[in-house]
Amino acid sequence: MTTTAKPKWEPGSLTPYAFVTPAVLLMGVGLLYPVFMAFYLSFFDWEIGRDFADAEAVGFVNFARMLNDPQVWEVLGVTLRFGFWVILLEMTLGIGLALLLEKPIRGASLFRTIFILPLMVSPVVVGLIWRYLFDARAGWINYYMSNWFGMEPQVWLGDPQLAFFAIVFTDIWQWTPFIFIIIIAGLQALPSEVVEASEIDGANWWQQVFLVKLPMIKSIIIIALLMRIIDVFRGLEVMLIMTGGGPGRSTELLSLHIYKRAFETQQLGYASAIAVLLILVVFGLSLLILKLSNPMKTRSDV
Amino acid sequence: MQNEKVRLTYYYTALILLACMSLAPIWVMISTSLKDEVTLQGDIPIWFFFVPTMDNYEAILTGRGKFDTYLWNSVIVAGATTFITLLFGGFCAYALARTRFVGRTFLANATLMVRMVPPAVIAVPAFAFVMLSGIDNDLAALTFLYTAISLPFAIWLLFGFFKQIPVELEEAAIVDGATPLQVFFRVLLPLMSSGYAVAGIFTLRIAWNEFILALLLTGRNSRTLPVAAASHITEEGVEWGRIMAMGTLIVIPPLIFTFFAAKQIIAGMTAGAVKG
Repeated sequence: MTTTAKPKWEPGSLTPYAFVTPAVLLMGVGLLYPVFMAFYLSFFDWEIGRDFADAEAVGFVNFARMLNDPQVWEVLGVTLRFGFWVILLEMTLGIGLALLLEKPIRGASLFRTIFILPLMVSPVVVGLIWRYLFDARAGWINYYMSNWFGMEPQVWLGDPQLAFFAIVFTDIWQWTPFIFIIIIAGLQALPSEVVEASEIDGANWWQQVFLVKLPMIKSIIIIALLMRIIDVFRGLEVMLIMTGGGPGRSTELLSLHIYKRAFETQQLGYASAIAVLLILVVFGLSLLILKLSNPMKTRSDV
Repeated sequence: MQNEKVRLTYYYTALILLACMSLAPIWVMISTSLKDEVTLQGDIPIWFFFVPTMDNYEAILTGRGKFDTYLWNSVIVAGATTFITLLFGGFCAYALARTRFVGRTFLANATLMVRMVPPAVIAVPAFAFVMLSGIDNDLAALTFLYTAISLPFAIWLLFGFFKQIPVELEEAAIVDGATPLQVFFRVLLPLMSSGYAVAGIFTLRIAWNEFILALLLTGRNSRTLPVAAASHITEEGVEWGRIMAMGTLIVIPPLIFTFFAAKQIIAGMTAGAVKG
């Protein structure tokens, strides 16, 4: 054979279906099937311990019940309030710090390594650490609050408002670095000519930030924002460990509520109906991200 | 010159403060795990100056819980998940990056959509399925679910790396008579090591840390480490030293990964937002 021989096949002509089938099957059964099952189960009145054959098909009763369920509205309110505070504070802190610290300096990579550590810690462990820190008796936070600021010791996780503050604080600790890292990557990818040009035109630091830099990384900011909103709707592990959603339902996010409905009050059918609501919210937000950026859609990207 | 010095001082002060805030809670956990009962009962939080002891670690290793079993379960599930995800995710990403086929755009979009499926949504059907089918290999079921959950992001990451490899390399290999699988394993795979490293770290992170599905699907002997750690709170009363020892053992592997592969992790985190 010489190199002038005709190739038997071309890179684009192999049977792609053979290559994608295993992954498609796994994702189909592991992710899509549960979503369809959630829709299906939401039409049944089914509890843990009862045979599914005995479950009664109830049509839209679960959905009607959901709309009139004050608990569902309450946890939706908690979720939105939680989302509002963590996202407002994380975006402000993350973007602010990224703007202040974007200049490449010596040791930057070590600092970045340290900043992403909270993101690598298992949610269960995050919950355990902060449950300890906020603990009323053994907790370190009470110690410093009283010794440094002269405040009375608080039962942080036993008071609705303080517990809500605690989970917001914990989320900020873990996720602000995520925003920071993404925004700093965006800022450093900006073409330096544009920033320099604005400098020559006499723009001060504030003008540079608000008229040049932030507008240019707008799409990055929006995607980070959407990812965080989705996370707020998906999250439950940290709260389950720290507070179990309580006291009352003051820290019970939508995902945690579904979990408790299904496995504490054992109403699988009704929990599925609320899960359908969650799916719709998350898929709606995902579609927005998809519209803004899907690197796999076009062939032109390198 | 003077100004520059002042500016740098501010920079480093701010960075060191932030680094302390990131590290402090993690250090609280590690130090607590090394303290004996007496030190833990003290009135003052002690950051550094205490006599470290391995008592808590001994207690969880030799205690009533089967720690070695749980550790082994976690290793098996995380390892198997990562292997399967990288193997099949790599195939899928390769096809998406290199070929055109009917349904390609749909698959690309669907992959990104299912990436966001909330764990709470998977929980009920997964639990129902395992309950109704009477599967008793919990770890296989768990591995299967983790693989499905990890695949979309792994495919997404690997896709970007395949795109960066010049297609001429494959063409040359084909002219030399290589089959599709040979091209994939002999030509592309060696060039994809950093891509697989990034995807592997993110997959390990999911499989090693996941809690909710593991809690629902595993029994007394098939628990993974996060479930074992959480159960310490309810079953054994709140023994902070031991709980933190468990937490430390869970966190050590990801922390080591982070120090060796921080650049790749950051690349993975920013891939979605910055490139798009």
